[in-house]
Amino acid sequence: MNAPQLPSRRRFLVSGLTATGALLIGVPAASGKAAHGKRELGFFVTIIQDNTLIIGSNQPEIGQGIRTTLPMLVAEELEADWSRVSVRQMPLGIVRSGDGYTWKYGGQGVGGSTGLTSNFDFMREVGARCRVLLEKAAADRWGIKAGSVTCRDSFVVHPDGQQKLPYSALIEDAAAHPMPETAPELKPVSAFRIAGKHQPTTDLDELVTGRARYGLDTRINGMKYAVLARCPHLDGSVQSVDAAAARAVPGVVDVRVITGPEPGAPYHILAAGVAVIADNTWAALKGRQALEIAWKKGPGADESTSGFEEQCRQLLAGEGQIVRNDGDAAAALKGAERTLTARYAIPFVSHAPLEPPNCFAHVTADGAKIIVPTQSPSGVSRTVANATGLERDRISVQMTRVGGGFGRRLSVDYAAEAALISKASGYPIQLVWTREDDLRHDFYRPAGLHELTAGLGEDGTVVAWKHRLASASKYYRRPNVPDEDMWKPELYADDFPAGRVANFTREYFPVKSFVPRGSWRAPAHTANAFVIQSFIDELAHQHGEDMLTFQLRLLGEAEDLSYEQHGGPTFNPGRLASLLRFVAEESGYGRSLPPGRGIGLACHFTFGGYAAHAVEVSVSDTGDLAIHRIVAAMDCGLAVNPNAALAQVEGGTVDGLSTALNLEITVRDGEVEQSNFHNYPLATIAQIPRRIEAHLKPWDDRPTGVGEIPLPPVAPALTNAIFAASGKRIRTLPLGDQLKA
Amino acid sequence: MATFSVNGQRVEFDGPQDTPLLWVLRDHLNLTGTKYGCGIGQCGACTVHIDGAAQRSCMRPVSSVQDTQITTIEGLSDDGNHPVQAAWKEIDVPQCGYCQAGQIMATAAFLKTHPNPTDDAIDKNLTNRCRCGTYVRIRKAIHRAAELSDSP
Repeated sequence: MNAPQLPSRRRFLVSGLTATGALLIGVPAASGKAAHGKRELGFFVTIIQDNTLIIGSNQPEIGQGIRTTLPMLVAEELEADWSRVSVRQMPLGIVRSGDGYTWKYGGQGVGGSTGLTSNFDFMREVGARCRVLLEKAAADRWGIKAGSVTCRDSFVVHPDGQQKLPYSALIEDAAAHPMPETAPELKPVSAFRIAGKHQPTTDLDELVTGRARYGLDTRINGMKYAVLARCPHLDGSVQSVDAAAARAVPGVVDVRVITGPEPGAPYHILAAGVAVIADNTWAALKGRQALEIAWKKGPGADESTSGFEEQCRQLLAGEGQIVRNDGDAAAALKGAERTLTARYAIPFVSHAPLEPPNCFAHVTADGAKIIVPTQSPSGVSRTVANATGLERDRISVQMTRVGGGFGRRLSVDYAAEAALISKASGYPIQLVWTREDDLRHDFYRPAGLHELTAGLGEDGTVVAWKHRLASASKYYRRPNVPDEDMWKPELYADDFPAGRVANFTREYFPVKSFVPRGSWRAPAHTANAFVIQSFIDELAHQHGEDMLTFQLRLLGEAEDLSYEQHGGPTFNPGRLASLLRFVAEESGYGRSLPPGRGIGLACHFTFGGYAAHAVEVSVSDTGDLAIHRIVAAMDCGLAVNPNAALAQVEGGTVDGLSTALNLEITVRDGEVEQSNFHNYPLATIAQIPRRIEAHLKPWDDRPTGVGEIPLPPVAPALTNAIFAASGKRIRTLPLGDQLKA
Repeated sequence: MATFSVNGQRVEFDGPQDTPLLWVLRDHLNLTGTKYGCGIGQCGACTVHIDGAAQRSCMRPVSSVQDTQITTIEGLSDDGNHPVQAAWKEIDVPQCGYCQAGQIMATAAFLKTHPNPTDDAIDKNLTNRCRCGTYVRIRKAIHRAAELSDSP
C-alpha cells in the first residue's frame, strides 16, 4: 500500500477572496491513495473500490437541504450514479494567505438564502474537474483521445459504446494528473439528469433512527457539561456570586464568572454570567440553580415594551432620515383625490431553533477544537480566536448537523462563551443552553412602528407613497456601522412599490433600545411585506376595487428595476404579478363566499426570489378564526432539488403563520418576559391548516435561494383574509386575541 | 438505584434519582437520539415509550421509571423500517430533523390506539412542536404510516 502523499504536495487553486471577504475556490491537486480502498479526487470527491462515491458538502445543513442539493450539483457534472453517492460534512477550511486567510474549500456559511446561489457554479465545476481527470485516465488506458469518451452513472464509456470502466478502476491514474486549472465547460440546465429533479433528502435513514448527530449530541471522552447563568437585566453585570452551594452539588467540578460586553459595545457574547461546569447536564443545571448571584442592573434596567412603543410614536411625530425620495410626495398628496394613512406595529420575535444554542470547545495552550451547530463557521473561528488569543489556524471548527437556523446561528456568541469557559476552566466542555436561556437571550428580530400614507388618483392610480419607520435597528452595536446606516437592514429603499409610484419617500427613525437584535429568517422583509401588502389591500378597499386588480395595476409590466440591497441587482415586478395572479386563480379568489368567509392575497420579493400566498379563512361572530386553505407559490427560478424547495415553501408558510398568530417577545423592567414554549407558543399541528398547497412556478432557469423567500407574504395574506371575512383590519402583530376584542 | 430496561437492555442508574430520564438517556447511556427541546414537556422532542405509551422523558424523574420498559428512537425497530419510520422516509418529512425522533415516537404510540386516525384525532393527540413547520408532511406521513401498518 502506498503511503499517503504529503500535504505539501497538494496544490491549491485559489481563485478568490480571503476568508474575511474575498473569493473562493480551493480545489487541490489529486491527493494520494488512502487506506481501505478509498481515494480522493480533490477535496470533495472520494471514490471507493465498489464504485460508490462520497461527496463532501462544505456548507452548514440547517434544514434547508443543502447537504442534498450541493452534492447533487457535483454529481451532475461528475456524471455520477446518484443512487450510489453518500455525503459527508466538511469542516471549516481556511489556510493562511499573506496577512490573512483564504478559503480552502470555497466560502463557507449560509445566510441571506445564498447557500445555493453562491455555490451553484462552484459545485458544478468541482464535479466537472474531477470528471475530466477520469476521462483522461480512461482515454489513456484505451489509447484514444480524451475528448472521445463520455461519462455516465460513474462509468467512463468508450466511443464504441461497448467498453466501459468504473470510476473506481481509474482513480489511481486520475489522481496522478493535476486538477485542470480552468473550469471545463458546464452542461446546460436542459441536460441535467440529477439536478432539477425531485431527490430524497440525504440522511433520511439517520434522521428517522436517531443516528443523525446534532451539536448537542457531541460526546467526547472526558468532556464536561457547562451551563451559564446569564444576567437577566439588559446590559447588566455580575455584582457578586456565592458559589458554595453550587460547588456542593454532586458532579459540579468548577464555577467561573464570565465577563460580558460593556453596555453599548459590540457583542462578543450576549451577557455577563456565571458558568457552572459539571460531569453531566443535570448536575450543571442543579448547580446553576444553587448559585447565589447579586446582579448589577445596567442602563437597560428600565426598558419596557410600552415605553418602546411610546418612543416609536413620539419619533414618528417628528422628522427622520429620508432614505429614498422620488418626485414630491407631499405635493402629490395635497393634490390626490383621496389619501389614506395607517400605522402597523411589529413585535420583537425570537428565533427559537428547536435545538438550542450549544457548542463543544476544548481550548488548550496550543490550540482549540470546536464542534458546533452554526451558520457561520468562519465567524466561529474568528470569535474563538478573539476569545482565546489563539491564531485561527490553531483552531479547528467542525460543523454538526444543525437543529434549525432561522438566522440565530449567524451569531456566534455561544461559541465565544464555550471557548471562554473552556479556557478559564481548562476542561473540554459542551456548553448547553436551556430553552429559557434561548428565549431570554437572543438577537431578536427588531420591533418597530410603520406609518404609511398614500394618495390615490380618481382612477385608482397611486400618486404618492410615504413609508415611515421607527424601529430598533439590528445594526445596533455592530462594529464600524455609522448611525446614518442604521436604516439599511430595516427599510429596503428599493422595495416595491418603489419605482412604481412617481412621488415616493422612505423615512427612518432609529429607536433606542437595549434589546439585542439580529437577523431572523428573511430579516426586515417579514415586517415590510406585512406592512406594504396590508396597506395595498387597504388602498384597494378604499378605492372600491379588489386587491388583485389594484395590485396588478401597481405592479405593472415585466421589466428589471434596480434593487440595491439584498436580493438585487434587479427586481422584476412582472414576475411577482404572475405569481400573484397564479395564487388568486388557484384559490378561487373573487368567487362568492358565505358571510364570515374570505380570501386574502399577498406577494413579496425577498433576496432574489418571489413568493405569493392566498389564504382562505372564516371568522365567526365570536371571533373564532379558522384557516381553511393556503395556496403558496414560489418562483426561485431553477429549483435544483424541487423536493427541498417545496419543503421550504411549506415550512416557510407554517413559520410565517405560527409567528403571525401568536409569537412576540416583550420586555418589562429591563427583562425579557417570555421563557419557554408555554408563553412563546410555536404552533402545533392543530393550528396549521390541513390544506397547504405548495407550488413552484419558475420564471427562468437561474436559481435563487429558497430558505427565506416563502415567508414574508404569509402574515399579510392572513390578515387580508381576516379583513375580507370579518371587516376587521389587523395592524398589529401577532394576531393574538385581537379578533376576540 | 433505579432499575429499568432500555431497548431491551437492563439498566441500573445510581445517580441522583431526580435526574430526568432524558438526561439519563443522553448523558449516561449515550442514547442521543432522544432530544432536549424545552425541559418542561411543551415540545415533545424527548418523547420515548414507557411501557408502550408515549411519554415526555424530560418530565419523568428516573425514580419514576423503576421496573418499566423504555423504548427510544434507537430501539423502535431493528432496521429503521418501522411503518412510521418508513412513512417518514417515503414522504421525506424532516427538514432540520431535530424534532422528528420525538414526532416518530409520538406517532408510533398514537397509531396503536388510533390505527385509522382522523385528522381531528391527529390534531387532538399529537402536540409535538416542529420549528421548521413540517406539519404538512407529518400529517401525510401519519396517514401513510397507518396504511403501511395495515398491510400484511
